[in-house]
Amino acid sequence: MNTLQVEGVGLMAPGLAGWSHGRAVLSGARPFVAEAMPTAIAALLPANERRRTTATVKLALQVAQEAALQADIDPSTTPTVLASSGGDSEVLDKICAALTLPDRPVSPTHFHHSVHNTPAGYWSIATRCAAASLSLSAYDDSFAAGLMEAAALAWTDRTRVLLVAYDLPLPFPLSERREIVAPFAVALVLNPVLTGLRMAILRLTPNVERPASRLDDPQLETLRLGNPAARSLPLLEAISNLPLLGAISHSTTSRVTLSTGESGGLELEIEP
Amino acid sequence: MAIKPLAVTAYTVTNALGRGITASLTALRREESGLRPCDFEDAALSTWIGRVAGLEEEPLTGEFAPFDCRNNRLARLGLEQDRFGAAVRAARERHGADRIGVFIGTSTSGIGATEHAYRQRDPVTGRLPAGFDYRHTHNLFSAADFTRRWLALRGVALTVSTACSSSAKAFASAYRHMRAGFCDAAVVGGVDSLCLTTLYGFNALELASSQPCRPWDVDRDGLNIGEAAGFALLEWAEPDDARPLLLGYGESSDAHHMSAAHPEGAGAVLAMQQALARAELRPEQVDYINLHGTATPSNDAAEDRAVLRVFGPDTPCSSTKGWTGHTLGAAGITEAAFVWLCLEHALIPGMLNTRGIDPNLGAGVMLDNREQPLRVALSNSFGFGGTNCSLLFGRRVA
Repeated sequence: MNTLQVEGVGLMAPGLAGWSHGRAVLSGARPFVAEAMPTAIAALLPANERRRTTATVKLALQVAQEAALQADIDPSTTPTVLASSGGDSEVLDKICAALTLPDRPVSPTHFHHSVHNTPAGYWSIATRCAAASLSLSAYDDSFAAGLMEAAALAWTDRTRVLLVAYDLPLPFPLSERREIVAPFAVALVLNPVLTGLRMAILRLTPNVERPASRLDDPQLETLRLGNPAARSLPLLEAISNLPLLGAISHSTTSRVTLSTGESGGLELEIEP
Repeated sequence: MAIKPLAVTAYTVTNALGRGITASLTALRREESGLRPCDFEDAALSTWIGRVAGLEEEPLTGEFAPFDCRNNRLARLGLEQDRFGAAVRAARERHGADRIGVFIGTSTSGIGATEHAYRQRDPVTGRLPAGFDYRHTHNLFSAADFTRRWLALRGVALTVSTACSSSAKAFASAYRHMRAGFCDAAVVGGVDSLCLTTLYGFNALELASSQPCRPWDVDRDGLNIGEAAGFALLEWAEPDDARPLLLGYGESSDAHHMSAAHPEGAGAVLAMQQALARAELRPEQVDYINLHGTATPSNDAAEDRAVLRVFGPDTPCSSTKGWTGHTLGAAGITEAAFVWLCLEHALIPGMLNTRGIDPNLGAGVMLDNREQPLRVALSNSFGFGGTNCSLLFGRRVA
């Protein structure tokens, strides 16, 4: 009970527009050009819901959808784990600003969009998914915490899990107290059962005394440090460098360490 | 096969009824509410609240000064009760500080600090005041980070934030982490404190009552917001363990609406059935259900249908929101602890403030307390976004 196979990846960030583009960049086949990010469309949301939702919800749902399609899973039965340091700070900014005005006109829509599990709620509505969903935060280590929660859920319940991690820059004035350099969202479909159809196998070892892995490309390293969801980049880079399944190659295992804060590092062994 | 039970080896709660479990047990027995007309900060709202007295005068200082905000003050106050710190210290000796995980539920963490900072923005530049520390107050992880630092724990730590099911789901997350071997014991808890965001937010949604809340009442007209901190130490149960046990949990999503419960309680049904299935118990083996029971017209109606569908009309149930108000992300731990008190002290609470039960509702709700030994009890917590969690607890009765 320490392995998972990756069956789908969703990715969206400036210069990493979707997994096929991102994989090419992270494997070195294409240069990283941090252009503006294409607008997340979250196509599976009904049009009226899409109008009401925020950039945060759309970004989270966009990568979730990409990963689910790639893995060809039934999202209506797949439990989800969503990890984000700060959630929808745009909504929280609007609420805190409204509270400074006479009569404190907090918008009811902003209020019910202010909960951390708003993207999870929209995902469950859009996919008619009644399965469990957990939204969490572990500040800069939110991705690793989400991966551990997803792994624990997958192993305990012998189920595929859809993990989504996302964070967006905070609006001014909060931006001065919490710097997030660019939007970043990633999604992984994880299966505790090893089958033939996979992109990678992950083996998880917690509590290792090793520093977090870094990226060679200085721009990507800036992104990794500048967005909690982008702490996933060393893992994504390792996956993008794996030979495709079925290709003739010497099986190589790469190792990546993600920080989990006080509890040390989470070591990931990645193989085809 | 039923899940491997977890024992509640120590626990504590602090809420509008007072500090520590004795204050809550005494108020439950005496049927004394902790609710009062809203006197939080300068909120001009005609609603009732469940406020914890004294937080205003007890700032965090020294190495914990960066964490100072109402939510972490409430967490500290909670952690100081019932010798909880001593119990965790002993567990640290048994397991090691790096093998005890921390799983804290909160919906708003220390957003009150940001509310205050926004009122002190520089009129020219719009900048926030120098003393404002986002990371250690407002950020959701602050609640778990403060807790683990206060308890000197170095294991896995995370904040679960799924609105009003947060600290119920923290139990499920802790169980999974222990099963996965990521930790050997867990501090599970919830902390949510009064703030203008939730007071004015629920007011804007027209879900806050201008009177003490009346779950299941024919005239119920909304909830009262409360604040609470609660913590429990969970370890694998021993054979013949006499302490309260986590026997099962169930989690589901309504997939229906962001702020309205599924009218038939479809997700709630799933959560309760899953909790029973994980415990390998039949509905008739459950002696008491602590309802989510916020006292909004539609939430109570949906939960009523769900309870009827799973349990029928005979299982005794009640909502304890009339004592504490709705403590949001801390409701799960607060009501779990009430269930443990009931298991340990042979008490089934009734419902405060409710006078005439809605004739359209059929679950077996009780208005008056009953002294009765019980072995198995369920606690429900549901939230915005259609998130549902049911926890099933039991205790061996000699």
